[in-house]
Amino acid sequence: MSSPAVGIGASLAPAEKRSQQAQVAGAMSGFARETGALSAFRLESCIHCGICADACHFYIATEDPQYTPIWKVEPFKQAYKREASAFAPLFRLLGLKREVTADQLAQWQHLLFDSCNMCGRCSLICPMGIDVAALIEQARHAMFEAGLAPAELYQKAAHQQLTGQPESSAEPYRDQLLAIGQQFGVEIPLDKPQAEVMLCVPRTDIEHYPASVAALARVMQHLQVSCTFRSDGLVAENYGYYAGGMAWQRDISRRLIDQAIACHASILLVPECGHAYAALRWEAADLYGKPLPFRVLQVSEFLAEQLASGRLKLRPSGTGATTFQDPCESARKGGVNHAPRALMKAMGIELHEQKNHGGFSFCCGGGGGVLDIERAAPLRYRTMENKLREIDDTGASTFLTSCSDCRRTFDDAKTHFDWQKTPQSLLELIADNLMGAAPRT
Amino acid sequence: MDLLGFARGPALKLALAVFCIGVVWRIVGFGLLRIRLNRSRPRASIPRFLAEGLLAVGTRSWPHPEFIGRTGAGEALGYSYHIGLFAVVLLFGPHIAFLGSLLGLTWLGLTWPGLPSSLITVISVLTVTLFLAVLFRRVTNPVIRMLSNFDDYFSWIITMLVLATGLAATAHLGGPYQTLLALHILSVDVLLLWFPFGKLMHAFYIFPSRAINGALLARKGAIS
Repeated sequence: MSSPAVGIGASLAPAEKRSQQAQVAGAMSGFARETGALSAFRLESCIHCGICADACHFYIATEDPQYTPIWKVEPFKQAYKREASAFAPLFRLLGLKREVTADQLAQWQHLLFDSCNMCGRCSLICPMGIDVAALIEQARHAMFEAGLAPAELYQKAAHQQLTGQPESSAEPYRDQLLAIGQQFGVEIPLDKPQAEVMLCVPRTDIEHYPASVAALARVMQHLQVSCTFRSDGLVAENYGYYAGGMAWQRDISRRLIDQAIACHASILLVPECGHAYAALRWEAADLYGKPLPFRVLQVSEFLAEQLASGRLKLRPSGTGATTFQDPCESARKGGVNHAPRALMKAMGIELHEQKNHGGFSFCCGGGGGVLDIERAAPLRYRTMENKLREIDDTGASTFLTSCSDCRRTFDDAKTHFDWQKTPQSLLELIADNLMGAAPRT
Repeated sequence: MDLLGFARGPALKLALAVFCIGVVWRIVGFGLLRIRLNRSRPRASIPRFLAEGLLAVGTRSWPHPEFIGRTGAGEALGYSYHIGLFAVVLLFGPHIAFLGSLLGLTWLGLTWPGLPSSLITVISVLTVTLFLAVLFRRVTNPVIRMLSNFDDYFSWIITMLVLATGLAATAHLGGPYQTLLALHILSVDVLLLWFPFGKLMHAFYIFPSRAINGALLARKGAIS
């Protein structure tokens, strides 16, 4: 199940002289040392009730116990208890907690990456109140240090840390962005020395949904907000976050932070990308080492603020029955639940909620980098069936989301399952229904 | 010194000492670890997210409606035997006298009303039955069986011993009362000795854990 250990040797020096077991031991002992009071408290509080399994769509779809969320951090609990807990010497002396082995950790790669979207639904069900998703994120850090981040995530994170782009492209994203502006007849504000709002863009949108990029520019232009993209901080995604490489996550966030500071932005606007929001809104300041000197807002939040202040007026969209996919990272884990609904309401949308929606929505199945992991696809499809059923059960003809990764995952499902719905961007719908703007042809 | 004298004398003193020191050490242990500052800008005000954290102590006691179909029965079973345990420990006359004396409440003239012995016996039998059901679930449910380790089973055995010996002593079943009482108190001693080392510590963790998670989620404006 484990993928080639592409990370080995890159994150610990001089790694080439160390065996994999030594590297794993180092990573686990690092995990134990790095475990702060809060994580330790979470690890210690588990009563092994197994209730978290009932929140996880991987378990619900397969009924395979290994997908129980808290089980995904089992080796890390073992390492913490052995190395850093209050009775660690006792555990070691009596051999109650064995050292985590390289083989054991390699098995856990499937559990921590392929079968976890980091969606955080498990954190809402635990009767002890444990934030299981936060523990899984920390466990991914140790997996990265042990050289066990999946190849797809590791390589994209490495590329992004180095170049600012997760992958090479025939044309630099900057040029593609300008070309999108030309294609859609909208001015792309780029590299302005000063702006109130700094924009960034999911590379998924550049590559797959250029209309979304144009929609963002069009809405900002309509609102007459001083804004700019910056060539040196364009990409919203953060593959360091997915791969578990904290230093890379920091460096990738830093590009955007530095650019936002350079253009004196008071707002860093995160586009329709769930994990980019989590990485920038809730984690970037900690990695940066101090509070960010600007606000980080998800585009729905920003537009809902504009709506509330009367600067944004929307006309009825004329869409029929509509359902909405809440991106886990912004809705459940980030609290952006009301903003997209306020915007839909302003467009007179008849919203048909899914059985599990808002903070309780099931993940699309592609979050946490799972969409990028090729070998995870069969399990992902199996897990998605429940989600697709919930969407179909709403009877809605229009399906909206505000996350380009969700959108890509559903587009992929459309092909795989011959599914009849097409996921659409809420932002694009807004751009098409700006009051006072000429309707797009 | 007879067995009863040993059980409620030196054994109890030792057990209480280990219990107190162990519990304190386990909690102090967290304080020795790094406390990370959260530097992101909170969505909610400090009083608001602290209040929501406290609220989560209560709201997390029962699953959200979205989960109840899958977890309601299991949680009901869990809470039922806990309620039974609390009723027996806190509302049985001799226990009230024992706790009053142990905690110095008797000296302060403080006490609380108990339940009739016959009702306590019924509750005890029900609790033992529920406790057996919990064990059955632990060994038959694939998820719980996989998660279970020595701590889970040992904690179950010790607690069950306390319950069973207590019932036997009250009902005068299986031997002279003095011996049964001594065995009951000895099992309590073992429970106290084990308490700080295993999962029984959740008695101290549950409310702070819910409050902390609730507050941190509320800080982000997220549902808890």
